[in-house]
Amino acid sequence: MAKSTSSSPAQTTVVQTLWKAYNDQTPDRLKFVDAFLFFLMLSGVVQFAYCVLVTNFPFNAFLAGFSSTVGQFVLTASLRSQVNPENKDEFKEVSPERAFADYVLGSIVLHFFVFNFLG
Amino acid sequence: MSTAYPLPSGLSPATVTNTASLIRIVTLALISGAAIASRLFAVINFESIIHEFDPWFNFRATKVLASQGFYEFWNWFDPTAWYPLGRVVGGTIYPGLMATSGVIYNILHALNLPVDIRNICVLLAPGFSALTAWATYMFTKELKDESAGLLAAAFIGIAPGYISRSVAGSYDNEAIAIFLLMFTFYCWIKALKQGSAFFGMLAGVFYFYMVAAWGGYAFITNMIPLHALTLILMGRFTSRLYVGYSSWYAIGTLASMQVPFVGFQPVKTSEHMAALGVFGLLQIIAFAQLVRSHLSSKQFQNLLFVAVIGSGILGSLAIVGLTYKGWIAPWTGRFYSLWDTGYAKKYIPIIASVSEHQPTAWPSFFMDLQLLMFLFPAGVFLCFKQLRDEHVFVIIYAVVGSYFAGVMVRLMLTLTPVVCVSAAVALSTLLDTYIDPVEPLVPEEAAPPASGDDSTTTSASGSKKAKKPAAGPSEPTTAQSTPKPRSRPGIFGLDARLVVIFNAFGMLSFFVFHCTWVTSNAYSSPSVVLASANPDGSQHIIDDFREAYYWLRQNTPETSVVMSWWDYGYQIAGMADRPTLVDNNTWNNTHIATVGKAMSSTEEVAYPILRKHDVDYVLVIFGGLIGYSGDDINKFLWMVRIAQGVWPDEIQEPNYFTPHGEYRVDDQASTTMKNSLMYKMSYYRFAELFGGGQAMDRVRNQAMPKQGPTLDYLDEAFTSENWIVRIFQVKKEDLLGRDLKSANAFSQGKKRKRSKPTTRRRAMV
Repeated sequence: MAKSTSSSPAQTTVVQTLWKAYNDQTPDRLKFVDAFLFFLMLSGVVQFAYCVLVTNFPFNAFLAGFSSTVGQFVLTASLRSQVNPENKDEFKEVSPERAFADYVLGSIVLHFFVFNFLG
Repeated sequence: MSTAYPLPSGLSPATVTNTASLIRIVTLALISGAAIASRLFAVINFESIIHEFDPWFNFRATKVLASQGFYEFWNWFDPTAWYPLGRVVGGTIYPGLMATSGVIYNILHALNLPVDIRNICVLLAPGFSALTAWATYMFTKELKDESAGLLAAAFIGIAPGYISRSVAGSYDNEAIAIFLLMFTFYCWIKALKQGSAFFGMLAGVFYFYMVAAWGGYAFITNMIPLHALTLILMGRFTSRLYVGYSSWYAIGTLASMQVPFVGFQPVKTSEHMAALGVFGLLQIIAFAQLVRSHLSSKQFQNLLFVAVIGSGILGSLAIVGLTYKGWIAPWTGRFYSLWDTGYAKKYIPIIASVSEHQPTAWPSFFMDLQLLMFLFPAGVFLCFKQLRDEHVFVIIYAVVGSYFAGVMVRLMLTLTPVVCVSAAVALSTLLDTYIDPVEPLVPEEAAPPASGDDSTTTSASGSKKAKKPAAGPSEPTTAQSTPKPRSRPGIFGLDARLVVIFNAFGMLSFFVFHCTWVTSNAYSSPSVVLASANPDGSQHIIDDFREAYYWLRQNTPETSVVMSWWDYGYQIAGMADRPTLVDNNTWNNTHIATVGKAMSSTEEVAYPILRKHDVDYVLVIFGGLIGYSGDDINKFLWMVRIAQGVWPDEIQEPNYFTPHGEYRVDDQASTTMKNSLMYKMSYYRFAELFGGGQAMDRVRNQAMPKQGPTLDYLDEAFTSENWIVRIFQVKKEDLLGRDLKSANAFSQGKKRKRSKPTTRRRAMV
């Protein structure tokens, strides 16, 4: 594996440069979105760990909760890429306002199904 | 500038666009009208009646929904089906169709329009075909332009491949499913093109509707991931793809699990794993893209590349591992039978026995699509020439659809939309080229906007002459492509144009004639009511099925159980309202095999089976008298095969053939055949009908023996006018404890001394 061949100090520097580049290059708005994404990921990991380690008994409830985090994650990630100024050329027909409206609508629909599925 | 024909001048661009869009709307309305009207042959030739088999169940379920409300329907347990097991209807159906009709019914009643639920059910499919035409228009518009869209809408509106499943009265899931299919695909293409989460969500919601409506939703579940994967492999990953796919998958999958019949399948079966895998892959790639945007060094990009590939492999290994551990169900038999056409016949005869699961014969491609079949490859070729993301989709759809249509007759239905779309693209490109009035090789004319407007005007006004919907709206392309004619070769003169256009219109009108003919002759028969021609050419209606079902309804106790082959289960439940052993749901193979065993064994073996299942009446379909070929004797071998699958020791297929390997019903028929319950019931007293003459089975064209079979354990209860439906009553155990055969022999022996006819009359009770 390529990962093992590269020495560990090099890797830490990679992560450091990455973190630095991220901090420098990302607008604050996107950092805010990223914080939410990170929270959603943690929530998803916790739920998944619970399902694997403890029980998956109300499987529909687990699926609803997990899908809620995953769905919200991808919707938020979509919003992030849509409002990212770097992607302006790609999303010609989606203005940031439109993106946010889509995001809200998508979240409502998603959570309608989540709520229905919780049981 | 030089044009092939004079163009009117002095029209403002606004007038042109307005006129064009007005013509488009009118054309779409006319197409919808044509789509609905051509599906009404069945109602006009026969009557407003539910067709075939499955629609009868859907109709019955819809009646429950309309009369008792949605919750009752949702929790409906039907004790009369699959007697004595019963069926949890709410959890074993795709409720989309019934829910749709229920909503329409309630809306109409809220508006004080007391429309009968049956008429809603009968006319649902034609109504939705108009929506399908519209959805196809929208879809094709994304591929090329409005003119191609209108052509595609006209094609799908009248193509027999789609009409075959959506005539009035054919109240089946496919009736609404094709609209949902096309609309989901449209939303997906739109989401992909714009990178809009809104259209992704819309695709998810319509995907949910599709899941609720038809088992064929798996087609979407695999088509969209396949398209996404192909785009990734072509190096076309964009954030738009991520947005569209993720929002579709996250919402669509969760939504699809709300349908009880689907349940947890989207996370537990292999059919749905492709979508999940592509979803995971997209997340990884998107993350990698994000990291890459912050890093510059090439070395780390390589590192990332390895990491992406590694996690991809890891992910698929995890899926395979989970499959082995039993967490994810492997492919189902129905799925295997799509790849290995011999699979079903070997392992799941019940799937192979259905006529619509047979491989497609090549003439049926021509029959169902005619002209479109030849334009189809040309359209796919044109997609290759442009090869934007949506063209890739059409190409994949064309390949996959063609394969599946070749495997199973019924999947012709999923091929038809893409054929219509690509044929429309091909034909509209042809018409664009030849209607375009601009003559080539005039380099000094450098006024693209003016020429664009002029050409638009011509075609718009010219569409009055050309009655085809294609001619009117083909102008936007002309307008778009105006800058090009200078660089590429074009058409000179009016004659060359007229020859091609005239030919194209000729072919299109033949297509219309063909479609009308096929629809009225081949696809509009309800199959519950048969039509034949009197010697003077007038129509003669053969109504044996309903005659027999109503006899059951009116002359038997409501609890009497009717046994028949599963084909007629839904009809008996729907029209005769009696409990049945098996029906078209075919969920319990053993139960069906039990019926098959009873039908294919001797009376002595069958009788205990019948008694154990409380069977009061046995119903067989017999076409030997009037030549109705879809009868039970022709289906008999499937009963034998299905029974043999469960009881290989007792039922063996070769025993039902003559030593020469022929399937015969005359004196040369094998003993097993002659003693089988099905044979006996079908030909019971058949020879007597010919009054001493030679009895002929007109389906199999075989002369029947003079001495017909006798029945000891069953009594003939009813035979319809043309002998198509024969109903036999199962005798109760003999009161004196003798077996019925000897009891019968005893009573016959006594009776023979007095007079023979009395016995017969007694037997008719």
